[in-house]
Amino acid sequence: MSDAMLTDSAARLFRDLCTREVTEAAEAGTWPRELWNALTDTGLAAAAQSDTGVGTVDLCALARVLGAYAAPVPLVETWLAQRMLAAANLSAVDGALTIGPVLRRDNLKLERASGGWRLSGSLKRIPWGRDAETLVLIADADDGARTVVVKKPQGWTHDWSYAREPRDAVRFDRLPVSEEDTGKGWNRSELFFNGALFRTQSMAGAMERALELTVAYAKERVQFGRLIGKFQAVQQQISAMASQVAAGSAVAQSAAEANAERLARFEIAAAKARIGEAVAVVAGVAHQVHAAMGFTHEHTLHRSTRRLWAWRDEFGTETEWQAWVGRVAAQLGGEGLWRYVVAASKPDMGAALP
Amino acid sequence: MFTSFSLAELENAEHLERLREEVRAFLRAELEAGAYTREPSGWDRYDAGFSRKVAAKGWIGMTWPKQYGGHEKSSLERYVVTEELLAAGAPVRAHWLADRQFGPLLLSCGSEDQKRTYLPRIAAGECYVCVGMSEPDSGSDLASIKTKATKVDGGWRVTGRKVWTSYAHKAHLMNLFARTAPFDEKNRHEGVTQFIVDLDWPGITISPIYNLAGDHDFNEVVFDDVFIPDDRVIGEVGNGWKQVSGELAHERAGSERWLNAYGVLVHLLDSAGADLDRADAEKIGRLVTHLWTLHRMSFSLAGLLNQGITPAVEAALVKDLGNQFDQDIPEAARQVMQEEDRAKLPDEDRFNEMLDRALLYAPSYPIRGGTREILRGIIARGLGLR
Repeated sequence: MSDAMLTDSAARLFRDLCTREVTEAAEAGTWPRELWNALTDTGLAAAAQSDTGVGTVDLCALARVLGAYAAPVPLVETWLAQRMLAAANLSAVDGALTIGPVLRRDNLKLERASGGWRLSGSLKRIPWGRDAETLVLIADADDGARTVVVKKPQGWTHDWSYAREPRDAVRFDRLPVSEEDTGKGWNRSELFFNGALFRTQSMAGAMERALELTVAYAKERVQFGRLIGKFQAVQQQISAMASQVAAGSAVAQSAAEANAERLARFEIAAAKARIGEAVAVVAGVAHQVHAAMGFTHEHTLHRSTRRLWAWRDEFGTETEWQAWVGRVAAQLGGEGLWRYVVAASKPDMGAALP
Repeated sequence: MFTSFSLAELENAEHLERLREEVRAFLRAELEAGAYTREPSGWDRYDAGFSRKVAAKGWIGMTWPKQYGGHEKSSLERYVVTEELLAAGAPVRAHWLADRQFGPLLLSCGSEDQKRTYLPRIAAGECYVCVGMSEPDSGSDLASIKTKATKVDGGWRVTGRKVWTSYAHKAHLMNLFARTAPFDEKNRHEGVTQFIVDLDWPGITISPIYNLAGDHDFNEVVFDDVFIPDDRVIGEVGNGWKQVSGELAHERAGSERWLNAYGVLVHLLDSAGADLDRADAEKIGRLVTHLWTLHRMSFSLAGLLNQGITPAVEAALVKDLGNQFDQDIPEAARQVMQEEDRAKLPDEDRFNEMLDRALLYAPSYPIRGGTREILRGIIARGLGLR
């Protein structure tokens, strides 16, 4: 399938199946089975398995579509897990997958034991932890970072993001892991950067949707005898919002393209920072223009804005990434900065996690 | 907006990378020879000698046909050259408007004779142009201009007053906007005509308007019954408004809209040192994320221009974001390097000088080339709100 066909078919699927009822049920804790099954049947759920030929730029475009439709499914997490499996030369696993650790403070340990390994440690804020059929995790072993496959564990503590997406906690206490369920691939930094890359894409999609809803509302809502979109004060606000959306969209696209060739740490860091910063204006203006209507549960705007608030905090907030970029810039110095920023291919500056 | 234009192919173009290196080598040699010193913004420093050297490299009129002294390069090649010149703080102002706006205007609307007369001189770095749009009572509202051109035998007689005319005191020509038909409220944009004026003609008086930094860039230019021959009309009589619309996209699309204070960031990084605390790292990092974003957006606009697309809305959007960035740099710089830190810098460190200049110039960035409010109006129109 060409990339445009892939994103078009994803958009159609989300439009048809990602209804208000499905979203509300998901936010109340019901797994959106029909939606997930459709993603499985069309092959979208397996799009990042190593044999599909779907590249990073296309996957990123799909993550953007997911964001635009605020789809309440661990699709991005499943893709990240599939990429981790491929990087570690482990067999592909079907079904809903998720990844961890997603917080820098969480550490997993993998110790040699008779007949295999033992996994210990605790994880928090795991996306869709309770619904995932398999977890693909990074743990520290004595020979460095290892990728570990864990089948649906018990004992989750449920938690939620602002968007009412599951963000759950679980503990492992010397959980047995067999030799064929572990391999060497990504380290935690690579997982964190890839997580940030995909969240950035979904945020770009959510921003574009928020803008679309806001412009549409400004063109239909009448106050003081005029469409509110005809008031200059409103136009100025929406234009400022559009500039932030365009910036977010451009950085997301640039990070995706740069990452097609290498782990583009600088581009990902800069993109997550820039788009995270844009959220305050984008969500702020969207709600201001929608006024009381947009603050209701009835209106769909919050499906986009709550995700923007949730996702900007995940895999590094804007200030965490700004500090990371600032340290890279300080290493580069005044003259080196320009050369680095405009270069198509940027050497890795070695700053690991923010 | 901006989602459909992919940079993947264009970024890999090796010849663009080579061109960047060529510009950098030229600039390094000039800097070492003491031909210029880095400014926070190059495009407001006027140096005719430097412009002639840039011309000798083939970097003025880059995209124009060879028959008019141009070099038939792509908009992307032009973009790379101008971006490198501006980032290095090189003094490019002398030829800037002639190269960016006036040349393209003549190419699209000028007569054959005008093209042959002016374009080769501009491309050689020997003919500089200023723009006579603004007037005392019409800033952003171009349609409200009152400078009047009356038809006489063989030409026009012009009387009126232009203000905020940058570098009129040094330019050879003015691209003059004047009313050639009475103002009609229903057709506000009709009846404006563009003329090519020699600034040494009798009846023209140029007086300085100093800016708040104490510099002389602006001028007032008074026209007292100045005769302009017919062959100096650009394009069609009465069609000035439509002609200028395309020109403004060129004026707004470039990197000069977000590299006005870049020199401050360069010096800030060197003066603040490599060991930044968290708060300072955030402030500097934020600026760098914006720099990268604007470079990517602007580069993609150059890609659109290269495909023959005039991205008026996107250009407005980049200028709006870019001017904010220009203003954010001195704000962040004064927070990272506070009075106590600045007082400690050695005399030869130019950070303080750069910051002073950028901070004093900051109010002008979202005014010149279309105010923020006007740009946002253009964006709103693009979104279908007006």
